[in-house]
Amino acid sequence: MNRALALHLSVIAALGAAFFVLPVYHAGNLARIMVLAIYAMGFNLAFGYTGLLSLGHALFFGAGMYGLSLSMQHLGTPLLPAMAIALIAAAVVTAVVGALALRTKGVAFMIVTLMFAQAGYLTALYFSRWTRGEEGFVLPQHLRQFAGVDLSSAMGRYYAALFLFAVTLLLIGAIVRAPFGRSLIAIRENEARATMLGYDVQRLKWLALVISGTISGLAGATYALLFGYAGASFAAVPYSILPLLYVLLGGAGTTLGPLVGAAFMIYLFDLSADITDAYMLIAGVVLVLLTMFLPQGILGTLRKRALPWLP
Amino acid sequence: MAALILQTKGLTKTYAGVQANTDIDFALPQGQIRALIGPNGAGKSTFVGMLCGRIEATRGTVMFDGQDISRLPAHRRIALGIAYTFQITSIFPGLSVHENVGLAARRAGGNEATVSDVLARVGLTDRAGQSAGDLSYGHQRILEIGMGFAQKPRLFILDEPTQGLAESEVAEFKALITGLENTTILLIEHNMSVVMETAEFITVLNHGAVLAEGTPDEIRANAHVQAAYLGTEDA
Amino acid sequence: MDFGPHLMLAMLEGAVTAAILALTAMGLSVVFGVMRVVNVAHGEFYMLGAVIAWFIATTLGTHPALGFVAALVIAPVLVGALAAAADRIILQHIDYDPERTIVATIGLLYIIQQGTLMTFGPDARPVEPPFNSRIPLPWVEWVDGKMAFYYPWGLSITSYKLFVIAAAAMILIALWLFMTRTKAGLIMRATQQDSAMAQAFGIPVSKVYALVFGLGAALAAMGAVLVVPIQQAHYLMGGDPLLLSFIVVIIGGLGSLPGTVIAALLIGMSDGIISVFFSPTLAKIMATLAVAMVLVFRPQGLLGKKAH
Repeated sequence: MNRALALHLSVIAALGAAFFVLPVYHAGNLARIMVLAIYAMGFNLAFGYTGLLSLGHALFFGAGMYGLSLSMQHLGTPLLPAMAIALIAAAVVTAVVGALALRTKGVAFMIVTLMFAQAGYLTALYFSRWTRGEEGFVLPQHLRQFAGVDLSSAMGRYYAALFLFAVTLLLIGAIVRAPFGRSLIAIRENEARATMLGYDVQRLKWLALVISGTISGLAGATYALLFGYAGASFAAVPYSILPLLYVLLGGAGTTLGPLVGAAFMIYLFDLSADITDAYMLIAGVVLVLLTMFLPQGILGTLRKRALPWLP
Repeated sequence: MAALILQTKGLTKTYAGVQANTDIDFALPQGQIRALIGPNGAGKSTFVGMLCGRIEATRGTVMFDGQDISRLPAHRRIALGIAYTFQITSIFPGLSVHENVGLAARRAGGNEATVSDVLARVGLTDRAGQSAGDLSYGHQRILEIGMGFAQKPRLFILDEPTQGLAESEVAEFKALITGLENTTILLIEHNMSVVMETAEFITVLNHGAVLAEGTPDEIRANAHVQAAYLGTEDA
Repeated sequence: MDFGPHLMLAMLEGAVTAAILALTAMGLSVVFGVMRVVNVAHGEFYMLGAVIAWFIATTLGTHPALGFVAALVIAPVLVGALAAAADRIILQHIDYDPERTIVATIGLLYIIQQGTLMTFGPDARPVEPPFNSRIPLPWVEWVDGKMAFYYPWGLSITSYKLFVIAAAAMILIALWLFMTRTKAGLIMRATQQDSAMAQAFGIPVSKVYALVFGLGAALAAMGAVLVVPIQQAHYLMGGDPLLLSFIVVIIGGLGSLPGTVIAALLIGMSDGIISVFFSPTLAKIMATLAVAMVLVFRPQGLLGKKAH
């Protein structure tokens, strides 16, 4: 077994044990952190590994969230099919948006993805008869059961989140070690060179984006399922900024950076919410400081300075 | 007469009224080492850009190994067996030397053995773990050539490969190039000693069109070529 | 109101929107044109202009006209200075790296927005316009086969709104004159063309950039000061103008002043007119998707030049 896999498994094991060690409040936080880490890991595949700065990932998160919650709430779909619908919805939306947006690069790509995300958010508002708009709707507890486990209970929620987090982490770990993942990194490092080595850069970027968006959709569906709520604010632009923040802080292009960044920021927000309503102010300050002084993030800097084998 | 690996007919590039390349007919036999020379602005890089697909031709066809590749995007042409080094060195500076070569080898179906082989051939084995961006300019250029080797190309196009290299590195380069088997080489060069000592055949471009073609001795004696370089040749 | 007068009213309101939008979008366009920098915090500079105007008007407490004039002068200067400082401290430190600039300006957005929330509070606060008389407008109808004017109830405009349109137009003309006729404007355009060359000619490029960034923010602030007597000052009011300015600048073509004005007219008017017939949300969806499509299929915008 290589060091990267060992590290990933250790983290998963540690998280598995943590539930019994931590107080209930922190365990609840950790469940939320893990789900948002899934979101950030999806984003990281596009941004950290392929170099695609998208401001539209809230659209993909929202597609998964609404895909699951709308089918469960209004169509009475059982859990597993609803999850499948969510993943398919996210994949399809990403595939279409990606095909269009990837015709652009850099700043234009950023603006195009932003526009699509905004359009998605507005669409969620437009159909508020079903989505209940900003107010959102609650997924009743009786729907959130799986194989006899009550997913709304502290333990059910935690281990469901951990399971999906583990699956995603190991998947990402496998992707970035494989030739496909290495070619994404090559595209990020020098796109022209990658093309002139024979790599089909457009197709690879699109594939990366589709996987990235589907993972983000998984996070959205999981969030709705485990926390029992779906609302338009999760599809709004600030929600596209959050994974960027987590990834930058934790370390773009590292597998565990998203988890580190999410944990850090959520606790930072939590602490500052006691002081002021304006917790996004902290987000702003952190973003500015990060990009000025620590552009590689925590794990990225660690990897560069001390641990080159860090995945 | 050896089979032609590369052939162009009427290859032309026009930029908003300016003809960068005009009606170039070019034939490159398999296994040959061909040099493409000409004064600055003659259109050499544009021509080569159209060959490998980085620049879209306005008119004309490009045939590779009997196949019409005029409509193929760059990465597909590369995948058919062409390697290309940029005029300004283009590698992956944030990745290790080993990974740079690995990326090239993997795409062309090579493996670990290919990478070690190439690193040994270009003399970068003990730098394998180093970050490519930390290499000296000369070593980066050699790395890029090594990446070309790793692709085991049928046709290797090099755009001014010795530019910026020290004398010893230029000598190394000459040895590397002449030591290749089963590879056709197309070399854009300004360094005349490299051209005269490695090339079997030379094509001279001037003002975007072919001025002369011949063996090194023939070209050396060609009055038109001399005049073009001295700037007294008419278009 | 009948259809005709209704449409006329929509167009007039649209003209006011377009005027403010032209001013705000111009700020974004100038910054992108000269510095190639996308300032995501642009909407917050706009909001600051309105909030500062409220502070000035309330603190002075005198006749609204005096407060208004003071605000129109002071707010853009303050906001511009803040922006120039942000440029010097943050953007120049990261050397205008495109990705890091976007992240930094996103951070700046949250700092300014939430900072305002903490000090100004979450409420919307009104500012009194300096003057505000209602001007009824005529419409035609046919009486006994002849055209006659009448004044439909509800078809009117205020003197202040007319002033806004005039003021915005004047500021834009002054800007155009500044860019094309003055030495400072020439320096800005030279720096835009080729910053390395400009530096070689002794132009202090970093100072120019700070000034341009400040100018962009000041223009947005000016637009907000003009609009605050009509709307209200609120800490979230920067979101829509940011999006709309982006739309205008992209459609009009980056760095093109006439393009920006025309696009602002288009967007401002159509926003008003479409909202009359469709729900505002649907109108916004269509507009947002239109912008995305323009960028995908015609990246130089409607009037801009193709990038090299």
